Amino acid sequence: MASTAVAVGGAPRPGRVRAFLLRLRSGDEIAHLITLIFASAIFLVTVLLVFELYRNSALAREKFGWQFFYSRTWDPVFEQFGALPFIFGTVVTSAVGLLMAVPLGVGAAIFLAEMAPARVSDALTFVIELLAAVPSVIYGLLAIFTLVPLLRTTVQPFLKRTLGFLPLFQGPAYGVGLLAAGLILAIMIVPFIVSISREVLLAVPVEQREAALALGATRWESTWKVVVPYARAGILGSIFLAMARALGETMAVTMVIGNDPKISSSLFAPGYSIAAVIANEFTEATGDLYVHALIELGLVLFILTIVLNGLARLLILATHRKGTAHP
Amino acid sequence: MNYRTLWRKSVNAVMFSLTGLATVLTVSVLFFILGYLVWYGGRAINWDFFTKLPKPVGETGGGMANAIVGSVKLLLLATLTGVPIGFMGGVYLAEFGGKTFSFLLRYTTDLLNGVPSIVMGIFAYTMVVLPMKHFSTLAGGLALGVMMIPIAVRSTEEFLRTVPVTLREGALALGACKWKAITTVVIPAAIRGILTGIILDLARVAGETAPLLFTAFNNRFWSPGWNQPTASLPVMIFTYAIAPYEDWHRQAWAAGLVLLGLVLLTNITARVVLARKLSSAAG
Amino acid sequence: MGVTMDPLLVTATAGKDQPEKSRTTHPAKTQAKLRVVDLNFYYGKVQALHAISLDIAANRITALIGPSGCGKSTFLRSLNRMHEMVRHARAEGQILLDNQNALEMEVSQLRRRVGMVFQKSNPFPKSIFDNVAYGLRVNGLKGKGTLREAVERSLVRAALWDEVKDKLHKSAYAISGGQQQRLCIARALAVDPEVLLLDEPCSALDPIATAKIEELLFELKNQCTIVIVTHNMQQAARVADFTGFFLLGELIEFNETGIIFKTPAKKETEDYITGRFG
Repeated sequence: MASTAVAVGGAPRPGRVRAFLLRLRSGDEIAHLITLIFASAIFLVTVLLVFELYRNSALAREKFGWQFFYSRTWDPVFEQFGALPFIFGTVVTSAVGLLMAVPLGVGAAIFLAEMAPARVSDALTFVIELLAAVPSVIYGLLAIFTLVPLLRTTVQPFLKRTLGFLPLFQGPAYGVGLLAAGLILAIMIVPFIVSISREVLLAVPVEQREAALALGATRWESTWKVVVPYARAGILGSIFLAMARALGETMAVTMVIGNDPKISSSLFAPGYSIAAVIANEFTEATGDLYVHALIELGLVLFILTIVLNGLARLLILATHRKGTAHP
Repeated sequence: MNYRTLWRKSVNAVMFSLTGLATVLTVSVLFFILGYLVWYGGRAINWDFFTKLPKPVGETGGGMANAIVGSVKLLLLATLTGVPIGFMGGVYLAEFGGKTFSFLLRYTTDLLNGVPSIVMGIFAYTMVVLPMKHFSTLAGGLALGVMMIPIAVRSTEEFLRTVPVTLREGALALGACKWKAITTVVIPAAIRGILTGIILDLARVAGETAPLLFTAFNNRFWSPGWNQPTASLPVMIFTYAIAPYEDWHRQAWAAGLVLLGLVLLTNITARVVLARKLSSAAG
Repeated sequence: MGVTMDPLLVTATAGKDQPEKSRTTHPAKTQAKLRVVDLNFYYGKVQALHAISLDIAANRITALIGPSGCGKSTFLRSLNRMHEMVRHARAEGQILLDNQNALEMEVSQLRRRVGMVFQKSNPFPKSIFDNVAYGLRVNGLKGKGTLREAVERSLVRAALWDEVKDKLHKSAYAISGGQQQRLCIARALAVDPEVLLLDEPCSALDPIATAKIEELLFELKNQCTIVIVTHNMQQAARVADFTGFFLLGELIEFNETGIIFKTPAKKETEDYITGRFG
């Protein structure tokens, strides 16, 4: 038998310090630290982003205050800057886009999650996700040469004839304008709604469906009255996410919105959006106030999208949690 | 009663047909885009497009060689700035992160992912263009690089997490310390997925236009250096598409076809590789 | 056996035990390689092991049996502190490796001396050669010739050399499941551990592959101390010199294998080995 002397381990030692030092020597703590530094860089970039937007919009914020948001004048020559026409254009185009994209997107998501066989669903989802990868300048390019002429020659005259009594569909048909921008936005955001909503719907536990079907509900009833309400928060999240996309979308909108800072009741009229005015005027902006006014617009856009994104993520997270909480 | 059942059944059929129609509509957009670009771009594309500089306004012909090179340079810069931060951040999240800090980091990353690209342009403008007092390739690369961070983080984290815990155990049981196990076993096991994710990320920013408008700006000639403005494919498409010249439209289609072709090909290949990777990891 | 050891490899382990003594087989009682004294183990607030004490004899095979969830794996993993990967898991008590407290040793040092083979074979996605060389490289061994030699020796010890010598640079995933498990054993042997822990190493293998591994364990016990967790009682009876029976986190009985299987002292043990439960 070996000696049974219990030399070690009896008395408590400053074990934590020693363990730390040992790990330090083996490099684990250093590796941890290095990755932590890079990870912190992400925070730093985000904070810096906010700080730069804030700092470089100071002149405009001081000069115009809250008036910036409700003034309709955008006059670089006399250095009068009001954001209302751009906010209007952004909101209207996004609203038009959502109005068309939500039914289309949620409908397609329901089909892909509930109806289509898994193989077909996966293949179609693949195609739809490819759509999300198409650069926005390409959407713009196509919109200029296909959507705009189509609107001008066919759709707008038709709308005028049938619904022309509404102020929404009055005025000359230019093709370019709020309607064109809204339409192209709709096309661009549908893929986001489809792919996220589908995932959320697939996360709904099978038991929910089975319970409804067992009670004699038709497929559609189980889908519409049980599955969709169950996934409501997540679908809403996907819509918020799409809305954030629409608000911040630049190129395609810039190419077809008409670029005219006016507020008009008709969807046929040209308009302007926040992102579009930044894209068009930034390089030509002379004078600090002008640049600061544009950057303040950027700040507005940033805050809007951040809030929407933050909400959307929470909603989507909540649905997924709910889905896993009932295995 | 029977009447009611019939009604419910027809609602069922009608609603599902409608959702099917929505799907068909959505999917057909891609084929429409592809068809259009192949039709118009295919006719416009020629050897000159890849080898010649743009011609001055009014003259026909010429190409976008400088824009192609410019895009490559911008993407290179973006990779150099965005990928290290994203990759290391992802390693942190997957291997070291504590609870609260990790949650905050993921959330911040998601938010950063949602920042409109035009705002990223403003950021790069204030960070690089203002101090340097002129537009530059550098500024454009930075804008795209920051845009790459979120996806690089998330894909790195996700793929590291797919590495089975048994592999880590195996390495640790042989006396490897944690970082050795990570660098010699975990990361190599996940590297194909991570690289694919980063390539997808690259494909995404390759088409970004807005952040380049007032950072890399544009250039009719070869960009003389990294601190000078440069042309890029997306910005050229934008400029040429909204210009009133027939020949420029033709070239915009050609550029659109090249850009879309690259983006879609990369996406398809990457996704197929990923799908195969994931199914083999599961099996 | 001591003569064939590569001096380079022994440096990590030398001086801590008496190689002459421990590597020769003693008839009756051998010295304890590992002593576990009053080990309590917790996952957070849940206690998984209750006051386990046992001596693991050098150059013997010790089997740990018991129904699933009885704590035998937890016990095994605490011997080379693999439990530290799990958050909130902690071991209290003493684990003495040649009278040194394993719980306070530098963990990578400990794991070099106490190797482990897992339930599911876990070769790295590397070549066969790189798999076996992994532990050596991590421990700072370089030089192509030395590595090659060491890899060959380990594969020979794991009785795998003849089967893979022509495809050393092929992926480790290209060989069969049984071969993969032996590769993992070779990989663990490469760093020349004093103790080898095996956590149900045959549970995913067919009978032929299992027989090969059991044969291998007999060979290996001349060179190191082996602890094997198994849910297969026949296996324990076949290979082990000593057997411990775990139940609900307690070590019910520990004795020579023959005694455990023929004349167990405790009723629980008897119930278990006669298949009355578990």
